[in-house]
Amino acid sequence: MATRLQSDRPNQITLDHPLALDSGALLARPTIAYEAYGPLNAARDNVILICHALTMDQYVASTHPVTGKPGWWSKVVRPGGVIDTDRYHVICANVIGSCLGSSGPASIDPATGDPYAMSFPVVTIGDMVRAQAMLLDQLGIGRLHAVIGGSMGGMQALAFAAHYPGRVDRALVIASAARHSAQNIAFHEVGRQAIMADPDWQGGDYYASGRVPVKGLSVARMAAHITYLSEAGLTEKFGRQLQDREAKTFGFEADFRIESYLRHQGISFVDRFDANSYLYITRAMDYFDLADPHGGRLAEAFRHSPVRFGLVSFDSDWLYPTAESRRIVQALHGAGAQASFVELSSPFGHDAFLLDSPEMWRLMAGFVEAGR
Amino acid sequence: MTAATLRPDLALIAAQVPAGARVLDVGCGDGTLMAALRDTGGADVRGLEIDPANVAAAMERGLAVVQGDADRDLADYPDDAFDIAILSQTLQTSHRPDRIVDELLRIAPRAFVSFPNFAHWRVRLALLWGGRMPVTRLLPVAWYETPNIHHVTVSDFRDLMRARGIAVERAWYLSGDRPTSDAAASWRAEHAIFLISRG
Repeated sequence: MATRLQSDRPNQITLDHPLALDSGALLARPTIAYEAYGPLNAARDNVILICHALTMDQYVASTHPVTGKPGWWSKVVRPGGVIDTDRYHVICANVIGSCLGSSGPASIDPATGDPYAMSFPVVTIGDMVRAQAMLLDQLGIGRLHAVIGGSMGGMQALAFAAHYPGRVDRALVIASAARHSAQNIAFHEVGRQAIMADPDWQGGDYYASGRVPVKGLSVARMAAHITYLSEAGLTEKFGRQLQDREAKTFGFEADFRIESYLRHQGISFVDRFDANSYLYITRAMDYFDLADPHGGRLAEAFRHSPVRFGLVSFDSDWLYPTAESRRIVQALHGAGAQASFVELSSPFGHDAFLLDSPEMWRLMAGFVEAGR
Repeated sequence: MTAATLRPDLALIAAQVPAGARVLDVGCGDGTLMAALRDTGGADVRGLEIDPANVAAAMERGLAVVQGDADRDLADYPDDAFDIAILSQTLQTSHRPDRIVDELLRIAPRAFVSFPNFAHWRVRLALLWGGRMPVTRLLPVAWYETPNIHHVTVSDFRDLMRARGIAVERAWYLSGDRPTSDAAASWRAEHAIFLISRG
């Protein structure tokens, strides 16, 4: 087992078996890019799978190859850290449909020699999880000590526990939900329509054209970014402050600092993310509803589950509010599963799970170590 | 944590819980009783606690504790999900103690309920002679900041059980760490622990 603390090119594996998708389509031999940290012990029972959020990636604790920024949870996943890579073997895989090395719409379709673009099959959270289970099979890892994720990563952690209850001891689900609400879908649809309305999107076939839907993808990112913050947080950070000017211009430049900030967030996102991947992954999230195959009864998804569940929400998160975590807790109670839940206080909205939160870190460490 | 180091009322409850029972501890604090039940009695214990810092402490001990409010969140538990429900020192802090007792006996056929007895002689004296809300060892907080919003006496609780057709299987009364007899309980018990069941 190769274990590395840094990598300059993706750690990629081509799956030996085809990936059967929820849509009924088959992905012949998908590629999964992943990062791994820390030693795998002889018993192979010290493995923690971390699942990433919509626009995150497998670089949970290593430098991002495009932005050069530290990993998105590099303060959490490190030697001696909350998730101690001196003791745990941590794996984080790029989700199927994404663009950081795992198969997605920007990958080459072996049948045509061209990028899949919109001919890539629609994938689901369940498909992402199935691909990760196949990756673990291929790496020779049977059972996980824990599966952990925030936001869409939390959806995968929940789905992994629901689909493979015998393969994981505990699931930690942070700032997440068991389904996408109408409001969640609505915001995603705004983003998708912004991308598709950009003439440079070209029906998705932009890869060889030298033009990418910069405007559309950045508007999508701007709209989504608002949902990651809280009104109080925005007011505190930006208020009505003007950007590099003394007075309003009576025009449509970015007069306000919040406008300038959002434009920057939008533009810098385009450099590291593929617009079609954004369409596919947001779709996967919209289709997510763990209760759907059980006639709407979420408890059925966890019936007699031996997995120990931990749920964390943030009081200012209106994207995946506390009520969604409570709904999961209620279902876990109904299923007789072991559930812990805590709502943490933070002014930072949904983004809180990515920020410095010693309270969350203590909980994570306690939950991961408990009963070991 | 062994039963010997538990608070006297918790030790008493712990000694009564059968091995391997499914237990819900409502108002479980940092999980001290839960840990004792799990570690010495092999019980399958879950907790509900309102204070997030306590929930975090319990989670760090590997206990399954959910943050919530007994007045509202007991509704989330299915009927008969547990063998025993425990409500220790929480009844008097709730908005509707009567409804909570009903919920406990919906979730489990039997429940332990413990509370400070507001008819203890020190409390009576403080009211009778001082004319003021008592501040005692078990009720150490002044009236304006106490979480105890529904003070209750041993006799009140017995009346409520009778009125609702709930069976009292056993009761224990403590004055300090020492047991007090049934007859003297109304005056002498600082602390009452009832084991109740569906009538």
